[in-house]
Amino acid sequence: MKTYDAIVIGGGHNGLTTAAYLAKAGKSVLLLERRHVLGGAAVSEEIFPGYTFSACSYVVSLLRPNVIRELELPRFGLQILPLETTFNPLLDGRYLLRGKDPETTYRSLAKFSKKDAETAPLFSQAMAELSRMVKPIIDGPAPDPASFKPKDLFSLLRLGRIFKDAGEDFVAAQVKMMTMSAVDFLSEWFEAEQLISPMSASGIIGTFLGVRSPGTAYVLLHHYMGEIDGSFRAWGLPKGGTGAISMAIAKSAQHFGAEIRTNAGVSKVLLEGDKAVGVVLENGDELRAKTVISGCDPRRTFLGFVGEKSLDGDFVKQIKRYKMRGSSGKVNLALDRLPSFKSLPGDGPHLKGDITFAPSIDFLEKAYDDAKYGAFSRRPFMNIVFPSVTDPSVAPAGKHVMSIFVQYAPYHLKEGPEAWPSQKEAFGDAVCNMVEELAPGFKSSILHRHILTPWDLEKEYGLTEGNIFHGELSIEQLAFFRPASGFARYRTPIRNLWLCGSGAHPGGGVMAGPGWLCAKTMLEEGAV
Amino acid sequence: MGYPSPFHERMVALNETWKYKDWAGIVSPCRFIENHVYEYTAFRQATGLLDVSPLYKYEITGKDAGAFISYVTSRDVTKMKPGRVTYLCWCDDHGKVIDDGTVTRLDEQTFRMTAADPQYAWLLGYSSGFDLKIDDISRTMAALALQGPTSRDVLKSCSDLGELKFFGSVAAKLAGKKVRISRTGYTGDLGYEVWCDWNDGVAVWDACMQAGKAYGIVAAGLDALDMARIEAGFILLGVDYFSALHVTVPEKKSSPYEIGLDGTVELDRDPFVGQKALRAAREKGSERALVGLELDWPELEAMYSEHDMAPALSSMASRESLPIYLDGGQVGRVSSSSWSPTLKKYLAIGSVRRELSAVGTVLEVEHTVMFERRTVHARVVERPFFDPERKRKP
Repeated sequence: MKTYDAIVIGGGHNGLTTAAYLAKAGKSVLLLERRHVLGGAAVSEEIFPGYTFSACSYVVSLLRPNVIRELELPRFGLQILPLETTFNPLLDGRYLLRGKDPETTYRSLAKFSKKDAETAPLFSQAMAELSRMVKPIIDGPAPDPASFKPKDLFSLLRLGRIFKDAGEDFVAAQVKMMTMSAVDFLSEWFEAEQLISPMSASGIIGTFLGVRSPGTAYVLLHHYMGEIDGSFRAWGLPKGGTGAISMAIAKSAQHFGAEIRTNAGVSKVLLEGDKAVGVVLENGDELRAKTVISGCDPRRTFLGFVGEKSLDGDFVKQIKRYKMRGSSGKVNLALDRLPSFKSLPGDGPHLKGDITFAPSIDFLEKAYDDAKYGAFSRRPFMNIVFPSVTDPSVAPAGKHVMSIFVQYAPYHLKEGPEAWPSQKEAFGDAVCNMVEELAPGFKSSILHRHILTPWDLEKEYGLTEGNIFHGELSIEQLAFFRPASGFARYRTPIRNLWLCGSGAHPGGGVMAGPGWLCAKTMLEEGAV
Repeated sequence: MGYPSPFHERMVALNETWKYKDWAGIVSPCRFIENHVYEYTAFRQATGLLDVSPLYKYEITGKDAGAFISYVTSRDVTKMKPGRVTYLCWCDDHGKVIDDGTVTRLDEQTFRMTAADPQYAWLLGYSSGFDLKIDDISRTMAALALQGPTSRDVLKSCSDLGELKFFGSVAAKLAGKKVRISRTGYTGDLGYEVWCDWNDGVAVWDACMQAGKAYGIVAAGLDALDMARIEAGFILLGVDYFSALHVTVPEKKSSPYEIGLDGTVELDRDPFVGQKALRAAREKGSERALVGLELDWPELEAMYSEHDMAPALSSMASRESLPIYLDGGQVGRVSSSSWSPTLKKYLAIGSVRRELSAVGTVLEVEHTVMFERRTVHARVVERPFFDPERKRKP
C-alpha cells in the first residue's frame, strides 16, 4: 500500500491550500473530501437548476496575495470582481451609501453628520495604519511567548519592536481595540448612529456577541486589513461564487501533483502510539501517510478524528472550552427580478455592492437579545449581496441570485439545536419578511429559497455548532491561543498530526492564511 | 468645442461623473460611474456598451475600390470575400506607419475603412487614376461596440443576427433599423460592433440596453476600454506610436516591424505605397520591437513596503512614457501600462532594442516610489496578455 507524504482531511480552501503548497514542494499528497464537491464552506453549488450560489461564505476578503501569486490562482480560474459600495437602508426610509468615490460617501454621510463625513476618511486612515502594524501577525505563524527557541524569540522581538516604534498612541489604540466594544470604540470617533450601527455590525459577524459586548472592536480591524494589501486584489466578489476560489486552488494543487478524492469521508485518524500514521475512511478503508493534516475544525479533529482517550486531559479541556457556538445562518434566494428598496428605489450602484442592514444600535442589540435567550432574531441583522448583477454567469438571463447572511441564528436554541429543522422555515420567513419591509414587493420575486441554519452548517458542511470561523475570533482565541495554548503553530499533541483550518492562526475568513502557514511551517521544520 | 456623439443624450443621462474627454472632436465619456473597474468588469464578465462613433470612417466604392485600398495600405484586400473584415495599417513612402484600422468588404465594389486620424485628404491624394468614390462617413455613420461574453446573447435578442465568425461582417436589422454588425472590437474579448446611420443611434442604443438588461449590460467609457485594450495587447496611435504624417523627428516614426504590425504587411505583391522602403526595412531588420512586459509585483510590493505603504499604483491604465533600462543604460520605453484585474499582474506595452525583445528577457522599468526614481524588473511576455478562447470561437 502506498504511503503518502501527507494526507489532508477536508477539501475546504485551507485544506486545498496546504495540499497545493506541499505538492508544489514535491511531496506526495492525498486530499480527502467527505462531500461530493470541493470547497468546504467556500463552495459554489447549483442548488436550483441555472442558479449557482456561494452557499456559505460569499465574499473574498483577505485572500493572501502571496497565495494568489505562488499558487498561480488566476491561471486556474480565479477572478475577483469589484464589490465596492456599502448600502445601508434604514427603517425610516433614509439610507447611507458609502463607496469608493469619496464625494458620494461624503455627501451621504453629511446628511446625518457633517462632522462624521469629514472624520470618516481620517478614521479609515487610522485603521489602515493600525492594521498595517498588525499585518505581520497574520502573515506569519503566531509567536509563542512561552518559547525560548531563537526563532520564536526573534519573532517576538520583531513584534515588540513594531509596538515600540509605533509609540504610545498605537499601543493605546491597540489596547482599546482589544478590550472595547465596537460601539464604544466607534463612538469615540463618530456621532451619527446611522453610521456607527452598520460599522459596528462588522465587529460581530460570526460571533456570539453583541455590538456593545467588550472585545468586538478588534474584529473591525480585520475589515481594514484588506486595504493594506493594496486595492488591487484583496476584496471582492469571486466570479462563479466562492467555490471558484476553492476550485482554482484545487486545480493548482492537482497541477503540482496532488491527488484529490471526493465522497471520501474520514472517520478517524489512524494512530500508532502517539503518532499519526494515516486515516480510516468512513467505508473502513485505511490509508497511510507520514503526516496527516486536518483542515476540519479543532473540535471535530481532536474529539472526533483522534478521540479523547488518545489525548492529554488538559488539552481535551482546552478544546472543549474552545468556543464554537455558531450564531449565524444564510438564506440563498433565486429571484425573478431585483428588489426595489423603499429608501433608494430602482437599479443603481447600490445593488452592485454590499448591503448591510443594521439600522440602529438598539436594533442590533434586540436581535442579540433574542439569541441570548435561545431564539433566532425575529428582526435580524442582514448582510446582502446580489452576485448576479456583476457576474451574470450565476443565474439565467434576467434572473438573479441573492445571498443573505443572517445574524443571529444561535446554534443552541432554547429547545436544543436538534429543534432547528422544525424552525428552519420560520427562520427563513423572518428573514424574507425583514427584506419585504425594506423593499415592498420583494417576496413576490422569490423563485426558490434555500435556508442554512447552524444545524445545517454542522450536519452538511461539518462546521461544529455551525461556527463559520472554526471557533470565534475573540481575543482569547486568537494568535498563540488558537486553538489551544502551546499548540498554535499548526502542530498538535499527536505527532505527525497537523491542523491547517480556520481553527488555527490567523483564523477564519477566505484568506487561506492557515493553510499556507501550516504548509510553510511543516516544510521549514522538515516535518514532511 | 466638442461635437456630440450620436448617443450623446443617452450617455449624458447615464453619466454620474461628468468626466468626458475629447476623442476625435467628439465628447466621449471617460467613465459613467466613479469606479470604472465595474465597466471594465462588464467587458470581461457580461457586456460593456461603448460608443466608438468617433472613429474616422470611409466608404470606398467603385470598380477599383479593392485595388486602390490594396495600393494604399499594407494588405492585398482584393482577395477578401464580401462579409469579411481585416486589420491593417498604412505607411508613407518611407515605410513609416501613418495609421491603423480595419477594412470591411461589403460587396464586390464596396469597402469601409476605419482610422484613428482623419485620412480623407491622404486617401484622396492617391486616388487619381482609380475608378472609385471616397465618402467620408465619419460623422454620418454611428458605431456602437458591444464587448464581452454575453454580447452575442444581447445582439441575438434584439436583432436578426445569426452566426457570425470572428472578423465577419453582416447586414442586419436592429430596432427596425438597417445596421451592419461586425464581430470585431478593441477589447480582445468576444465582441461586436454595430454600424448604423448617425440618426438611428439612439434607437439602436435603446434596443441594445433594453435587451442587455437580462445579460448584465453596462455602459462603459474610455477608462475601462484602455485597461481592456492593454490586456489584449493592442497598440494605440498617439500613445504607443505616432503617425508619420504628424511628427517631424524621424526617430518618432515607426515602421510596422517596429510596432508589432509585421503580420499586417503583405510585401510580395503588386506595387503599393511604401513597398520599397518596407522591403528594405524587412531585409535590414528593425532596430526596435514592440514587447509585452510583466512587472515584478513582489518587487514592487517590497519597494513600497520599505516606506510602509501598499503599492500605490493607480487602478487606471497609464499612458506615461517610462524609460526601460538594462545594466544602467536605456534600451527602450514603456508607452502604456495597466494593472490587469483579470490576470492579477501589472502589464506594460513598450518598445525595446530588437535583440532584447525575446520572450523571457528580463529588463528594468523606471518606477517612482515616494518621489524617488527607481527601477523594477520586468519580463518580456507574449502578447496578447489575455486571449480568451471565446474571442474567436464559433
